[in-house]
Amino acid sequence: MSVIEISCLEVWRELSNYVDDDVAPELRARMEAHFKSCAHCKAVLDGTKNVVKLVADGVAYELPSGFSDRLYRKIKDK
Amino acid sequence: MGSPAAYSDASQAELVRRACEGDKEAFYSLVRPCERAVYVAAMSIMNNAADAEEVAQEAVLKALAHLAGFRAEAKFSTWLIQITINEARSRLRKDRRHLYDSIDEPRTDEEGDYSPKDFADWREIPSEALKRDELRNALKRALDTLPLKYREVLILRDIQNLSIEETAEILGISQGNVKTRLLRARLQMRDALAPGIDGSWSTGKPEYKKVRPW
Repeated sequence: MSVIEISCLEVWRELSNYVDDDVAPELRARMEAHFKSCAHCKAVLDGTKNVVKLVADGVAYELPSGFSDRLYRKIKDK
Repeated sequence: MGSPAAYSDASQAELVRRACEGDKEAFYSLVRPCERAVYVAAMSIMNNAADAEEVAQEAVLKALAHLAGFRAEAKFSTWLIQITINEARSRLRKDRRHLYDSIDEPRTDEEGDYSPKDFADWREIPSEALKRDELRNALKRALDTLPLKYREVLILRDIQNLSIEETAEILGISQGNVKTRLLRARLQMRDALAPGIDGSWSTGKPEYKKVRPW
């Protein structure tokens, strides 16, 4: 089955929805075909997926030590 | 931090009922599974650990004071995150009125297209090559440089795992705006991190290889 070509700009516009699996099947097929032939967009896609993975890990925002105890005390003292 | 498993709908209702009658332990049982989510929501706006903790505590106390107004069919965690976001925004408005450019903007979708700044290849997360501190600092720096309106969406979606719908409701923006801002946030984060993965913060060298087609 041949798919209609899609430009890099259109791919970037839908990239985040693509990562979230929130694009129509027809658009998904066009994007997948594009990633096979465009190394730049594939690199941007891989990087974006990595961002989602890294951010989700939550290492950037660890709870300060003692946070739970201080919060508990605030509630008890109220 | 060992956080207990989230409670079921039935036990949420029971805990709310007891907390409304003044049972502080019951209230803390409600809060505890989402205390990290509350802190992260506060951080997404305050961008400072001490301020975020104060906001988180204030939000939890407000939730306690207004618990009678909590709708039983809602999710307690979403409600608490919403209170936290509101608390953080109002704090920021007071503290830095002149610097604050995002919250009071008209809610129009003014976003233009965003083009990636380079095409550094980043197939794998070289986790073994990276010290945890280094990674955390690079992530923090990247998050710090994101404009607030992008950072809050990224954090609610990609750290808190809230749906597009929940994120839109909490931030008071359209679902379309959530998607547009999330795209921008993720692409800007990639721009900030991908070149570093290629060199600058994995090897400590200031220069890194950029791959530009033009």
